[in-house]
Amino acid sequence: MRDLTAGRDCVRARGATIAGVIDELETAYPGIKDRLLVRGRLAPGLMVTVDGQRALRILEEPVGGESEVRFLPVMAGG
Amino acid sequence: MAAKTRVSARINGELVDFLCEPRQSLLECLREILGLMGSKEGCNDGNCGACSVLLNGCVVNSCLVLGVEVDGQEVTTVEGLADWRGLHPLQQAFLDNDAFQCGYCIPGVLIASKALLDREANPSEESIRTWLAGNLCRCTGYDKIVRAVQDAATRLRQPRQDESTSQDKSPTAAATDYRVVGSRPPRHDGPDKVTGRALFGPDWNLPGMLYGKMVRSPHAHARIRSIDTRKAASFPGVYAVVTAQDFRWAEDDNNNLDENAVNSKYLYENMLAREKVLYVGHPIAAVAASSPHIAEEAANLIEVQYDVLPAVTDVRAAMQPGAPLLHENLRTQSLSKPSQKPSNIGSHFQHVKGDPSKGFALADVIVEREFTTATVHQGYIEPHACTAWWGLDGKLTVWTTTQGAFGLRDQLARLLAHPMSGIRVIPAEVGGAFGGKLPIYVFLEPVAALLSRKANRPVKMTMTRAEVFLATNPTSGTHMKAKIGATREGRITAAQAELYFEAGAYPSSHIIGYLGFAAGFMFAPYDIPHGQIDAYDVVVNKPRTAAYRAPGVTQANFPAEQVIDELAVKLAMDPITLRLKNGVHEGSELINGTSHGSIGAEEVLRAAQSSAHYRTPLSGPYRGRGVAHGYWGNWGSRSCCTIQVNGDGTVTLVSGSVDLSGTRTTVAMQAAEVLGVSLDRIQSSVGDTDSIGYTDFTGGSRTTFSTGIAAIAAADDAIAQMRGRAALLWGVEVQDVTFDRGIFATHRTSEQKMTFAEVAGKLAETGGPVTGTGNVNPQGWGGGFGTHIVDVQVDPETGKVDILRYTAVQDVGKAVHPGYVEGQIQGGAVQGIGWGLYEGYQYNPQGDMLNPGFLDYKIPTATDVPMIETVIIEVPGPNHPYGVRGVGEVPIVPPPAALANAIYRATGVRVSDLPMTPVRLLEAMGVI
Repeated sequence: MRDLTAGRDCVRARGATIAGVIDELETAYPGIKDRLLVRGRLAPGLMVTVDGQRALRILEEPVGGESEVRFLPVMAGG
Repeated sequence: MAAKTRVSARINGELVDFLCEPRQSLLECLREILGLMGSKEGCNDGNCGACSVLLNGCVVNSCLVLGVEVDGQEVTTVEGLADWRGLHPLQQAFLDNDAFQCGYCIPGVLIASKALLDREANPSEESIRTWLAGNLCRCTGYDKIVRAVQDAATRLRQPRQDESTSQDKSPTAAATDYRVVGSRPPRHDGPDKVTGRALFGPDWNLPGMLYGKMVRSPHAHARIRSIDTRKAASFPGVYAVVTAQDFRWAEDDNNNLDENAVNSKYLYENMLAREKVLYVGHPIAAVAASSPHIAEEAANLIEVQYDVLPAVTDVRAAMQPGAPLLHENLRTQSLSKPSQKPSNIGSHFQHVKGDPSKGFALADVIVEREFTTATVHQGYIEPHACTAWWGLDGKLTVWTTTQGAFGLRDQLARLLAHPMSGIRVIPAEVGGAFGGKLPIYVFLEPVAALLSRKANRPVKMTMTRAEVFLATNPTSGTHMKAKIGATREGRITAAQAELYFEAGAYPSSHIIGYLGFAAGFMFAPYDIPHGQIDAYDVVVNKPRTAAYRAPGVTQANFPAEQVIDELAVKLAMDPITLRLKNGVHEGSELINGTSHGSIGAEEVLRAAQSSAHYRTPLSGPYRGRGVAHGYWGNWGSRSCCTIQVNGDGTVTLVSGSVDLSGTRTTVAMQAAEVLGVSLDRIQSSVGDTDSIGYTDFTGGSRTTFSTGIAAIAAADDAIAQMRGRAALLWGVEVQDVTFDRGIFATHRTSEQKMTFAEVAGKLAETGGPVTGTGNVNPQGWGGGFGTHIVDVQVDPETGKVDILRYTAVQDVGKAVHPGYVEGQIQGGAVQGIGWGLYEGYQYNPQGDMLNPGFLDYKIPTATDVPMIETVIIEVPGPNHPYGVRGVGEVPIVPPPAALANAIYRATGVRVSDLPMTPVRLLEAMGVI
């Protein structure tokens, strides 16, 4: 997604939930929402962490003011 | 149907008459005619030994003997070993030595062992291993099996009266605060598994049952022009035929857009091909008939017309411009700019930490290599099998071998457009799985269900061994590049890797996230300031790939641990010292940006370095010692457990976790610890989807952790209710009642005490039954590290690698049952040895797999491996009352790299391709 963020791999955004953060990112970096979501849900093959913990509520996961949010390839199965 | 022949034989001491067709094997006669399900079918071609029986005292594979051949002969099956006195000493020794995990191979192993002990009263280890070379076991690594046979030999030389010595086996030597956790009690499913009573996937027979058979593609890549089922449908004895037309059509759609995202279209197409076939063995149609032989004959009558297309079976070739495209609509999925060009690359992602170019600029030494690994199969001895019965009331019941009954139920509901409540999945005992029987992947169950609905009869489907290899879900072959740099003091400054994983016929990124594990955990044992990992998921004309124990990580560990080892050589450092110097601790950040929690990485490395094995010098020509270190993140997730307190003080525990290797016992042990009762007071069983709450599949090394927490919660709940009952009996408030180690007490009025059993006996008069429930979704589990040390000797003329000594060190948090933990570590290590030295799918240019059987796809036998020494480290894991960490995945990760490093030290050559066969070794050594 660095082609949308002027090469930066870490950006700041506001939002009370992951969904809110993505909306904020879309405002600042148009096009990013389509990379992260498919039909309004997190894209297949992705997972999201908040402060190092898997966000089980996914888009509804609460996010704190200084939280670190990461979008990662999904890790599942065993 | 062929005319039947009357056979009279003495079977397990009884004279038995039966009728069979001349083409029916003894195995089929025992199982399908006589109902003796103890002898198992693993390969049906005499290579696995699961069907071993004694014929006039000699071991034979009953799949290779015709039923008519035993007329007038004497046959002994596993059901004939125990007598009125109880278990045979061999059976008891297998129980006492924890000598099995899934138990599927055990009937055959017991029979073969009996034949040995009938001949030799005191066989050597070498003799036992040689004798059992024809009996494959995929779970145990053979160590405990050999010890059990030795133990049985000792018992048989003594009077037969002390066979139940194990019933109160003492706890481990290490003193603990626990009474049950950490001890080695016998397992709940043990007697069933050593006597042949345990029912696995292929063992369910119902009245009026039909047999299903698939029609499969002979081509690796072809467009289907037509399918004509008319001759098959009218064949006598055929009740139903289904093709893809019988399933509803799904558009490209991910039906669960989260971690287990599954593209429905791909699932449907993989079950029964609609337009194209994408690998040899791809199912196209299925028939149900009154016998397996009629079903096979009818399947051969289905006519399929193809337009054959060029195939591609290698990940590098599949990425080349002009490579045959498997899916015309597939575009590379990525977080970067979307691709509009059709490609075989299903997805690409990149992790970057710091500035890799800066990191490499700081390095004094840089190592860079390319690697490949072959497609390998999980190799469970039990084939996929299920029985489906779609009743006229609309209720679908499925008996099957699966790692997750609930996940399978939910998949069936989606695929068959049937309500979840209308489907009951009853999990059978599972004869090995290792990720290959996850409910995310479905092969037989939906097809058997449709056949059953059409035929209005139960339908059983069992794969042949060739079908298991050709058409289930092996794990990815790969092409990988790895680069690492370090200062001359041995501080790693940067690492970089490119991982190209074969997805098989369908993009794995839409199925499961093991590529995420590969990239995430590749360098997870090391604190590396700068790193970059690019990972690619590539479709090829092979069966769709899936998880195999620590999915993706064994492959990625192979290059990572070799370049680390090469660094150690270049820096002239001890390889464990280099690893310690760069080792991770709590808070260390991985290249994917996540951080380690509480871990025991350093403790494991130090234990390996101070182990007797590592401190013992190894010398001699063509001998070498290799070390590798590995990581698996483990898992938590949803589990349910109920605990019913019975009036006599016993406890009935039901959990939703399918038991692959003894977890119904380790879960019950945790409950016993809370309840303050001995384990033999708890009956522990696995529930079906109508009898217990939703529980995620058994996999990812999660069950003893998560379902253990569910059991603890259920036990706490039961105790809380029983405190209320005791309070009622004593006329005090519940908060005035305490509970400690099985005793309820109060000091409110006067000191009074009641045992758990005494309170249980008064439930009826104090309000009725007590059932404790635990519904949990624990997070924050702890990852696990393992370090393996292996000594090898290479024959310079043949290239054969002999393993002289093997030690596996692992942090398990808390070993709930040390015997099972040792078994998991030994079994995982031996699977990894097979991956390293022997195993791999072989293809011709047309995409035909050349070795779809245990004869040509070699997995380790008892003669290939030594005893596997285990060192258990217990650094308590976080967020579990007893500190449990997952165990099962870690031990398969280091072996291939450890072997490669040992081979390098033995020969001076680095082998970068798996498997490291004698031919590859001789080529690398310049001998051929």
